[in-house]
Amino acid sequence: MKQRLIALSVAASLGALPAAPALAQARVSDGVVRIGVLTDLSGTYSDLSGQGSVVATKMAVEDFIAADKPAFKIEVLSADHQNKGDIASNKAREWFEKDGVDMVTDLVTTSTALAVMKIAKEKNRIAIVNGAASTRITNEDCNDVSVHYTYDTYALANGTGRAVVKQGGKSWFFITADYAFGHSLEKDTSDVVKAAGGSVLGSVRHPFPGNDFSSFLLNAQSSGAQVIGLANAGNDTINSIKQAAEFGITPKQTLAGLLMFITDIHSLGLKTAQNMYLTEGFYWDLNEQTRAWSKRFFDRHKRMPTMVQAGQYSSTMHYLKAVKATGSDDTAVVMARMKKTPINDFFATKGQIRDDGRMVHDMYLLQVKKPAESKYPWDYYNVRATIPGNEAFQPLSASRCPLIRK
Amino acid sequence: MARPADRSQRLRWVGFGLLLVAGIVAPFVAYPTFLMKLLCFALFACAFNLLLGFTGLLSFGHAAFFGGAGYVCGYVVKHWGVTPELGVLAGTAVAALLGFAFGALAIRRSGIYFAMITLALAQMVYFLALQLPFTGGEDGLQGVPRGHLFGLIDLSDNLAMYYFVFALFVAGFALILRTIHSPFGQVLKAIRENEPRTLSLGYDVDRYKLLAFVISAGLAGMAGATKTLVFQLASLTDVHWHTSGEVVLMTLLGGLGTAMGPVVGAGIIVTLQNELADKVGSWVSVIMGIIFIVCVLAFRRGIVGEIRALAKRLGIS
Repeated sequence: MKQRLIALSVAASLGALPAAPALAQARVSDGVVRIGVLTDLSGTYSDLSGQGSVVATKMAVEDFIAADKPAFKIEVLSADHQNKGDIASNKAREWFEKDGVDMVTDLVTTSTALAVMKIAKEKNRIAIVNGAASTRITNEDCNDVSVHYTYDTYALANGTGRAVVKQGGKSWFFITADYAFGHSLEKDTSDVVKAAGGSVLGSVRHPFPGNDFSSFLLNAQSSGAQVIGLANAGNDTINSIKQAAEFGITPKQTLAGLLMFITDIHSLGLKTAQNMYLTEGFYWDLNEQTRAWSKRFFDRHKRMPTMVQAGQYSSTMHYLKAVKATGSDDTAVVMARMKKTPINDFFATKGQIRDDGRMVHDMYLLQVKKPAESKYPWDYYNVRATIPGNEAFQPLSASRCPLIRK
Repeated sequence: MARPADRSQRLRWVGFGLLLVAGIVAPFVAYPTFLMKLLCFALFACAFNLLLGFTGLLSFGHAAFFGGAGYVCGYVVKHWGVTPELGVLAGTAVAALLGFAFGALAIRRSGIYFAMITLALAQMVYFLALQLPFTGGEDGLQGVPRGHLFGLIDLSDNLAMYYFVFALFVAGFALILRTIHSPFGQVLKAIRENEPRTLSLGYDVDRYKLLAFVISAGLAGMAGATKTLVFQLASLTDVHWHTSGEVVLMTLLGGLGTAMGPVVGAGIIVTLQNELADKVGSWVSVIMGIIFIVCVLAFRRGIVGEIRALAKRLGIS
């Protein structure tokens, strides 16, 4: 008997055997798996993640409990990091040290994500990034306890850049936010556009944050480029799109948003945003499965999910299943299991977490509908192309992550 | 029988003694990282109070010293591998130098012009922090190691780090106390009350103001550098003008021109931010605004200022 138990626990600790439920209870530290949703509940990004991410996480936990009947308890905590790295770092520390949180997730804005990833590594807990965009998360700053799940700037720039050129948008002009993020977004996209056979006619840089985009837009207009790439984010993007419509730049020239979400389109309105190209990792109206889940989400949150919120559900579910399968909440064991198991749900098909932490899945090139084409609420996009995961994301061969041995 | 002045003096020292003991046992009662954050902001507010409360100069650019020192400290600790105490020293020195440059320009004007010059200069520092490659722009300077104090004591232990921060706070606070009770401090107060008269008494007012500015900037820098070590990152938040505004709020709420006021003010603001963030979300800013309005309307001397006035009326001190 004793021997069998030892054998079982050895097997479980290696993650080689799906452990018996009784054992699972014993192996999950204090019998509770705690998930901390650290997000922006009050600021610029509260629409695209925020409370919706908390709702999605809770849905995942409820669905998991209903379907899998785990032997351990699950608690969800949430907090507002106000998009400040120090507040995020403070909260994550407190969660890990005081509250026994096993996994921190959402993490919108790169500064908060990077700060929390460092602490997760130090405290040996898991960080699943859904909200933040920077490729630094899986390159220079990658580590073995973090997953970047939903999207990144490379995938967005690459998806939009390549696909728009393919659709005939050969000549580009960039309006770029003048700081590191904007510069890298512009560079990544230009490289892709040129590689796909397009040309870049020029670019202007606007101060961050900007309000008046008129002179930059006029520059873009007089360049005669077919496509104006917006290498900025948040309110800067919204303002530039609105002013482009006021100046009559659209619809003669097409805008390409390099970092946009369905909630941005929702607040802009189709009249202003029509014909724009963008790339997302999820659209609620893709197929039966996405619609079914999104309707449930809508009933609870009164808004359709963004890709971040959908990714939040999917990643939480994937994590919980890994905990159940290994019967452990030990970081290394769960991470190994999560990387080994492909992700197949409404969010991703054959999604796979690579060693650098990047979850690779299909992305979608979308074009915003004209007001007349939109038949029902939240009917915003025409899906122009599905970009296979291995084309959408940065290949491992180009990775700057120290964990990847070449 | 002791003279009233002696009695008040003695009361004060007893009070500080009690606070010192409270500071030493605090990490066993409350969460250390939170306390460290509180101490950093308390020192920042005290440094600011030296300028606003005791010299009567409203600087609206103190975030530049706080955040700027944070970046310098983070950079030298992370990339040059120096020990944390030298990192803090480097941050403080740079902030003091920056303070000298700011002060030399700003003290030529007074009132709203003074405030605007400091704000403009601080915005330049913000711009540099956004643009210079070493700061990491929006992402911030991440992953600053806490390192070993004097190369010996491992600061990744929260308790050790707490006592390091506490020692720095006590040193900074003692320096401010010494300053305001020195003849130099008396001259500063005289400038606050009536600048032309102080000038007519033969004091070189500009030099006094500049020195006060440099001390204040240096200590604000010390607070910022320490905060970088605690959280292991320096970010744009700390150089943003919001931070300059927050420190004004802390000082006014606690009590302008009192030694303990800024500490109390910082304590309240930081605690509110920490406790309310999860519960009320965006309402935090509204609640802060209401507190500020109530404070300036109902008790203009701030919390500590009101308590002191009450004590005086009751004849306790």
